[in-house]
Amino acid sequence: MNEILFVLGVPLVGGLVLAFSGGRPGAAALNTVFSLFTFIAGVLLALRVVGEGPILAFSEMFFVDSFNVFLVALTAFVSFTTALFSRPYMMNEHHHGKLSVGMLRLYHSMYQLFIFTMLLALLTNNMGILWVAMEAATLTTVLLVSLYRTPASVEAAWKYFILCGVGIAQALFGTILLYFAAEKVLGAGGTALLWTHLNAVKGELEPTVLSLAFVFLFVGYGTKVGLVPLHNWLPDAHAEGPTPMSAVLSGLLLNVALYAVVRSKVLVDGALGTRFASDLMMGFGLLSVVVGALFLSRQKDAKRMFAYSSVEHMGLMTFAFGMGGPVATFAGLLHMTVHSLTKSAIFFTVGHAAQKTGTQMMDQIRGLADTNPTIGWGLMLGSLAILGMPPFGVFASEFLILTTAMRQQPWATPILLLALGIAFAAIFSRVQSMVFGETTAKRLPHPPALIPVFVHLAIVLLLGLYIPPYLAEWYRQAALLIG
Amino acid sequence: MTLSTQLINLMAALLLLIAFAMLAQRRILSLIHLFAWQGAVLTANSVIVAYSTGQTHLYYSALLTLALKVIVMPLILHRLIIRLNIKWDVETLINIPTTMLVGIALVVISFNVALPISQLAGTITRSTLGIAVAIVLLSFLMMITRRKAVPQVIGFLAMENGLFFAATSTTYGMPMVVELGIALDVLVGMLILGIFFFQVRQAFDSLDLKHMERLKEE
Repeated sequence: MNEILFVLGVPLVGGLVLAFSGGRPGAAALNTVFSLFTFIAGVLLALRVVGEGPILAFSEMFFVDSFNVFLVALTAFVSFTTALFSRPYMMNEHHHGKLSVGMLRLYHSMYQLFIFTMLLALLTNNMGILWVAMEAATLTTVLLVSLYRTPASVEAAWKYFILCGVGIAQALFGTILLYFAAEKVLGAGGTALLWTHLNAVKGELEPTVLSLAFVFLFVGYGTKVGLVPLHNWLPDAHAEGPTPMSAVLSGLLLNVALYAVVRSKVLVDGALGTRFASDLMMGFGLLSVVVGALFLSRQKDAKRMFAYSSVEHMGLMTFAFGMGGPVATFAGLLHMTVHSLTKSAIFFTVGHAAQKTGTQMMDQIRGLADTNPTIGWGLMLGSLAILGMPPFGVFASEFLILTTAMRQQPWATPILLLALGIAFAAIFSRVQSMVFGETTAKRLPHPPALIPVFVHLAIVLLLGLYIPPYLAEWYRQAALLIG
Repeated sequence: MTLSTQLINLMAALLLLIAFAMLAQRRILSLIHLFAWQGAVLTANSVIVAYSTGQTHLYYSALLTLALKVIVMPLILHRLIIRLNIKWDVETLINIPTTMLVGIALVVISFNVALPISQLAGTITRSTLGIAVAIVLLSFLMMITRRKAVPQVIGFLAMENGLFFAATSTTYGMPMVVELGIALDVLVGMLILGIFFFQVRQAFDSLDLKHMERLKEE
């Protein structure tokens, strides 16, 4: 139980401390230290859940099982490595005069609070608090998207706020309907929105209300997942915000939103006993894969392109969870992990490359392999990994999803394969010219932190070659839970 | 029909009227007043429901609504428009009659959507769910038709009011901890938007959203 307190308490305290001292010279290091402690607490919590099974704590307010504890560990890990990356990156931005001390303070404080809201969304047992935490996650990041105060970044932040705000309002209506159905079975009061209670009585919940509730929950949280046609905020927010933000938005927030969708799906499946939720998720997942892949080739901005790649991959995961069954769900969970690690690693390298060349336009970034081999090769390897090349972990999860699709939904397989092919062509050709070729870029005043990039890629490589038995067991348990 | 049911229906009718008035209101200052009135009617509604059903936690939620939606947020909005110097701004809305007609169609749709759910509900307020859905959709319509930042945000807040009304009419309100969380989110969101208006104006020299067309797929 204390682990839960630490996991949530450290980033909350960190956010408050950095709100006062976030502009000082040592603040970036302090940000890293807070993230490290959150990570350690997350690992301890994970070890405990692995050892003792699911935990219900603080009068059932928090619930940790194998599904969310692995996301907690992943969130804490990526937020720690992103903090490592962000230290030299933000110092360079400050050095270039793009950020004032006040902006740095805002950034550091909001970074910690953002991590807090995501961890709260993952750990809470209350579907209402889940909504509150998801909305709070939007609020903490709005001012970070507009951090540079350029017209484009302000526009991106406005779009982000309005679209996600309206989207998440739909999810609130879904939550109200869920409560309405639950109240009839569980009685009024605080317990009727607790997921564990709902899960226990899901067979008795009114099917018509639940199916309507799921539509609203899916639209609402789906907006935050970045599912087409509600994905418009995503590429703008990724391209215009500071790069560490893009890394955590893509790597973590989208996962947390998908987590909310999957938790709702478990309840609806139990109440309906039909494939209604599955079909909805498969349809929109597939649409996102296709549209995401088609938009890739039209991009000029590197961060925008990889944002569309996130739309594509989130679609693939939604499709996998929609398909259901132990193998597809296992693959979806694995894909969540490897996508999160790979995509954040890519954003780290793209961020440094953009900082070096002073532009995010891909046709002006050239010859990274010559001037800074680690950035160049990091980007190349990261792109190969995200494109699903063996032996990286993304290959393993995509292979599992595709083979399961061949058996369960054969009509979808050619569409998926075509989309993955288009994505490969689009990303590979762009990255190749960015990595190789002539260049005139200058050196950066603060040497970039590239250890996180290679740590992430090494883990993804490892997951592609060999999934440790305890991790596989973990995924299997979670898959069993989700169904 | 008891007196309390009649009163609740009256409140619902008033809320619908206010939602339509907001749709057609061109002056920003009047919009803020309408928003405050919406909050006041919501508060009255919560009190009536609480009194007639004996749900005491609704009194707290009414108090929260009164403090937040009738006093604090209209005050913040008021101060904002004074500091932004747009107190007397008038928005040119094209085709108010068409918008109203679309609004009426939305109300009809809402009643149809809400019908199966209200039939399942056992609350005395169940007939008002259709109106709650209508308010959400009308606020959404308002957000679509507005091209200026402040009215769009008021539309957003009105949508939240509609959802709050939906929660009261189907279930006598959400659990207290959730309601507190939602109130916190709305308040923080309002403060962040307050900062954000200044950023928008600094970046675009105006709060007119028609300048926002940089980020597009070509």
